[in-house]
Amino acid sequence: MTFDELWGVLFDFRDYGALLALLGNTVLAGAVLGVLGGVIGYFVMARDLAFAVHGISELSFAGASAALLLGINVVVGSIAGSLIAAVLIGLLGVRARDRNSIIGVLMPFGLGLGILFLALHPGRSSNKFGLLTGQIVAVDNPQLASLLVVAVVVLGGLAVLWRPLLFSSLDEEVAAARGLPVRRLSIAFMVLLALATAVSLHIVGALLVLALLVTPAAAALRVASSPPVVVGLSVLFATVSTVGGILLALGSSIPISPYITTISFLIYLGCRIAGRRDHPARRPVASLGSAR
Amino acid sequence: MTPAESPLQIEQAALEVGGRRLWTGLDLELQPGELVAVLGPNGAGKSSLLRAVLGQLPFAAGTVRVLGLPAGAAGRHIGYVPQQKLFDRGAPLRARDLVGLGFDGDRLGFALGGGARARAVDAALERVGALGYAGRPVGELSGGEQQRLRMAQALVSRPRLVLADEPLLSLDLAHQRAVLDALDAHRRSDGAGVVLVTHDVNPLLGMVDRVLYLAPAGHRVGTPAEVLTGEVLSRLYGVHVDVLDVHGRIVVVAAETEDGHVEEPASAAPGGAA
Repeated sequence: MTFDELWGVLFDFRDYGALLALLGNTVLAGAVLGVLGGVIGYFVMARDLAFAVHGISELSFAGASAALLLGINVVVGSIAGSLIAAVLIGLLGVRARDRNSIIGVLMPFGLGLGILFLALHPGRSSNKFGLLTGQIVAVDNPQLASLLVVAVVVLGGLAVLWRPLLFSSLDEEVAAARGLPVRRLSIAFMVLLALATAVSLHIVGALLVLALLVTPAAAALRVASSPPVVVGLSVLFATVSTVGGILLALGSSIPISPYITTISFLIYLGCRIAGRRDHPARRPVASLGSAR
Repeated sequence: MTPAESPLQIEQAALEVGGRRLWTGLDLELQPGELVAVLGPNGAGKSSLLRAVLGQLPFAAGTVRVLGLPAGAAGRHIGYVPQQKLFDRGAPLRARDLVGLGFDGDRLGFALGGGARARAVDAALERVGALGYAGRPVGELSGGEQQRLRMAQALVSRPRLVLADEPLLSLDLAHQRAVLDALDAHRRSDGAGVVLVTHDVNPLLGMVDRVLYLAPAGHRVGTPAEVLTGEVLSRLYGVHVDVLDVHGRIVVVAAETEDGHVEEPASAAPGGAA
């Protein structure tokens, strides 16, 4: 394959305007997911739950493929799967060591179940594996509506619980001493995380959810430490990754996820290099530039 | 809650951890503004006492009232300095954010701007000499710098009861002074009771009202002069203990037990027994 051919496969901008009009919903969905992933990603980092995100997304994948097999709503299936995973991890894995082993046990089981359900499913295989690796699909209005509802629920929940959640995430012992119900807050956060993971799965795929829920916040933490600045940058990075990825992937036949994960990774790389924490204000501009 | 109400009342309390009875028959009633130092060897149940008062460990017997409420119910009126556990390097918050959590971290929603919040946080930082590094990430600070933030965080909400577990750890003398002065000023202005766990009573001698000495063979509550004597401590430890006054500092020296093992009354003096 020559470079030109490779380029043609990776990027195809013919009839771009028409495609964009057709896939406007998808771009909007990407933007919503970016905001969602950026905000919740900060708490994922603060609570050290990156591995849990991966575990939840595999069970979410199992739920989605079960739904596909049974012919019911796939989004509902993915939410059911991730809620089960999140509650199990929340209940059984209070301490970090327990949590990691629980996740390590659940994750391959979920992945295995998902592959079983997909293997049993008679449909076309490229659609099926979209759940794992992400796919660009025309997001229809009902799908967009369900995504918006979930996003509003999660962001609303985070807004209400913001300070107690921050307190119990960053300084659990004192938060508990001050009478905060740290255990219940932890379960509540796992539920919100499960919802965010389940809807992210439908754009980037189960294997790559981390690119949306972890990488942007991790990048933001390289260049800032003030919570509001970190959250703002994290949202910016996540949104640039999703929307940028969708716009680049629009005309090609390749799944959407490599575009999103690559942008997300380049932003992280830029932030690591820009890495001094003292001047967050100037850094993101440079790192975004290198990502395009 | 009236101002004259006792910040902490413990009656005939006993505590068991892992099936082992740490102490029993403990009576302690704090007056508003009173500072009680909790002394004793490792494993005597000093930190566990604080956790029980916080409602995180159940008392095996007895009753406890914290600001007139059951243990665990007085939440935001308590200032707590936990046993030192350093933040990781990458911890996503700055010094002032940690103190801010103490100010209003238990309230729902966002912390909206508000000059009052920033002023309270700045004032708390200044009292412990931490204003100079207010904007730095907590994880990059030294143990002593983090420890000063802990006191600022505990005092910033003007609590009625302060529970502090080794708050002077990792601090040099000047900063010990600053942290203790901040604590002292707060308990006087707000009439707050203070229970302070420490292995070294000397930095506190000028301000401590009473001492609670928890030891293997019992416990004793009283003024430092009543409790920190060879006779009392010998009884509490079950071995001969001398209490020496070295230029105004109290040094506790334990005798060797019969099997040649030296008991360590780490209580009143750093390196005193050595």
